[in-house]
Amino acid sequence: MATKILLENIEAPGLATFDCYRKLGGYASVEKALKSLSPDSITQEVLKSGLRGRGGAGFPTGMKWNFIDKKSDKPHYFICNFDESEPGTFKDRHIGQLNPHQLIEGMILGSYALGARSAYIYIRGELFYVLNIIEKAIDEAYQKGFLGENIMGSGYSLDLYCQPGGGAYICGEETALIESLEGKRGNPRIKPPFPALVGLYNCPTVVNNVETIANLPWIINHGADAYAALGTLKSKGTKLISACGHINKPGIYEIELGLPVEEFIYSDEYCGGIRNGNQLKAVVAGGSSVPILPAELILKTAKGEPRLLSYESLEEGGFQTGTMLGSGGFIVMDHTACIVKNLLTFARFYHHESCGQCSPCREGTGWMEKILRRIEAGKGSMKEIDLLADIAKHIDGTTICPLGDAAAWPVSSAIRHFRSEFEEHIIQQKCPFTK
Amino acid sequence: MSLYKVSIDNIEVEVEPGTTIMNAARKIGGNVVPPAMCYYSKLEGSGGKCRTCLVKVAQTSAVDTRPMPKLVASCRTMVQDGMVVQNITSPEVLDARKAITEFLLINHPLDCPVCDQAGECDLQDLSYEHGLEETRTTEDRRTFEPIDIGEYIKLNMNRCILCYRCVMVADQITDKRVHGILNRGDHSEISTYIKQAVDNDFSGNMIDVCPVGALTDKTFRFKSRVWFTNPFDAHRDCPHCSGKTVLWMKGKEVLRVTGRKDKYGELEEFICNDCRFHHKEVTEWVVEGPRKIERHSVISQNHYENLSDDKKLKP
Ligand SMILES: Cc1cc2nc3c(=O)[nH]c(=O)nc-3n(C[C@H](O)[C@H](O)[C@H](O)COP(=O)(O)O)c2cc1C
Ligand code: SF4
Ligand code: SF4
Ligand code: FES
Repeated sequence: MATKILLENIEAPGLATFDCYRKLGGYASVEKALKSLSPDSITQEVLKSGLRGRGGAGFPTGMKWNFIDKKSDKPHYFICNFDESEPGTFKDRHIGQLNPHQLIEGMILGSYALGARSAYIYIRGELFYVLNIIEKAIDEAYQKGFLGENIMGSGYSLDLYCQPGGGAYICGEETALIESLEGKRGNPRIKPPFPALVGLYNCPTVVNNVETIANLPWIINHGADAYAALGTLKSKGTKLISACGHINKPGIYEIELGLPVEEFIYSDEYCGGIRNGNQLKAVVAGGSSVPILPAELILKTAKGEPRLLSYESLEEGGFQTGTMLGSGGFIVMDHTACIVKNLLTFARFYHHESCGQCSPCREGTGWMEKILRRIEAGKGSMKEIDLLADIAKHIDGTTICPLGDAAAWPVSSAIRHFRSEFEEHIIQQKCPFTK
Repeated sequence: MSLYKVSIDNIEVEVEPGTTIMNAARKIGGNVVPPAMCYYSKLEGSGGKCRTCLVKVAQTSAVDTRPMPKLVASCRTMVQDGMVVQNITSPEVLDARKAITEFLLINHPLDCPVCDQAGECDLQDLSYEHGLEETRTTEDRRTFEPIDIGEYIKLNMNRCILCYRCVMVADQITDKRVHGILNRGDHSEISTYIKQAVDNDFSGNMIDVCPVGALTDKTFRFKSRVWFTNPFDAHRDCPHCSGKTVLWMKGKEVLRVTGRKDKYGELEEFICNDCRFHHKEVTEWVVEGPRKIERHSVISQNHYENLSDDKKLKP
């Protein structure tokens, strides 16, 4: 059995309660850290483990922590990004709902390492039921002395708050999240400065994803070397993949990074193959923002090597023939799926979610949606395929935050790999996939 | 502190550390200055939004000779010593600027013939220089129902480019902000808090900072095209502001009072509503003389400033 860090005990009844979690070894890392480890040595351990951010960008976590302005006499803040709203990504809520104490344990470790006295879990507003579970778990942790004043007599104190989000995908972008947490409109800030220097209330701040944080207790318990022994050269540890679409077994799987994509899709341990014995057509491997790949390129790289679920293997070939691991939202399409229709769904989402601050994203996302709507309805023209590609090209890289890129990449990649399908819509003047 | 050496379009300039690329370019002046639709030097935190000022950093600094991976907003990016910047010498920048001009126009009503801002509109100038000749959109444009935001200011949301300048004026120079941006994306709109009137001693400056015709002066509406009026610098003793204004005259009639704008279209000083709206008699002002229009805008295309006085446009 492969090592499980996040889902090891996930089926244990009552795992969300303090007593059950504690009986299974929970909060041991906090005891260890507060008794015998300095904040800096925790950061060193995380750095050495090779843990990379699970929120999408894959930035090395220890390195991010090291950017914190240690000399600053302002308070430091540690924030958990629980805004999970990317289409296709539904892994964080699984942790929050079933194993909230592991997240809280990670929050204590991170806060201690960063010298934070206040920490926040910013949770997507729609996830009321998860918010309630987490708040209950936080209450328990206070009662048991793992939060609050002078935790376990160590002299270290921490307050942890759970804040429901502002109801927008953009509030998951870390600087928009910070603005929203401050009670303002959730517009991304212009970077630099980065949150490590100027974050929440202009103080040094680290924002990490739920899954990133939930890995911390295991790293402190088992050591950086044990963590770094899992995975590949540049992708250490395990990763939650939320798999959906035309597969036999949609769900949330914890894989060791480096698992072949083919095995993930076809083995019974994971997705269990394509529904009804259909043909695999395409995969969006890392949440709606990453480039779509056709079957042949998701199973094998352009060089003919097996494609693996790891940062470096999925990126192999750049945007021409590769994609990204992103947040681990794995969307599978079989031969009955219409690429144009799927793309329209994504385009509508980004248009709806653009914050509207910068012109390319505000205006371009709506324009792309309208053109796609026409093409999908069989009312487009050949010229519009190039126009669409041209709009995407000019949003890519010209915006304030990566939402613009995230809106552009699906469009560029769908046209790159599935141009003929757009053309069929225009020739037949209807969607070729509807009778 | 020693100065930083920066090169912009192969022209060298020395500036203080902490200067933005935009302001370094303004120090050089002329063609190398990127267009700014949202940055406003007198408003803290402005800029970064419209993206018309994007430039290419071909070399980050003398120490780090790599280029920056993406185009950067010149109004919000600080120079480093030895930085090499390309603005109009970079085809990539010009291509992006053309695209951004197009983005700003796809939902714009293009109603210049009935817009009071025509002739002194930054978007008009931008389109003149960077716009396409033909529109590539066939879609309906976004439209908003007009709303009343008070006695002096007319809001035409269809023309707004969401530069946030008026919001910053209200935040930073009036004592209370009652308007802001509602909603998201291309359905964002400027509105007042539950349709309150914007009523404040300095609110009129929102009109002057608006780069387009979204906020216009109700007391001047449809009185005249701006190019049929003659601007004069004037001042009066004012207990609230500097009292230094521009009177826009037709014959002996003062049609409009505004603040004085520099060559980047920015106000030299903010003025109060009393000067702007309540003193429309020449006799209330000390007229200093004709104002030179420094901007290379549509209003100056017939080189008003070069004509001798007797040839100046007569009403
Ligand atoms: C539009 C947008 C939405 C995002 N949404 C999320 C989100 O819901 N959850 C998340 O963890 N990160 C999200 N991110 C990434 C965050 O900005 C940030 O990189 C991340 O929280 C950092 O955590 P990590 O280093 O642990 O991955 C989003 C980014 C963008 C641009
Ligand atoms: S890219 Fe889109 S979401 Fe991001 S700041 Fe610009 S308008 Fe807002
Ligand atoms: S109304 Fe004018 S000043 Fe205000 S955001 Fe719109 S364009 Fe900018
Ligand atoms: S002027 Fe720089 S982004 Fe608008």
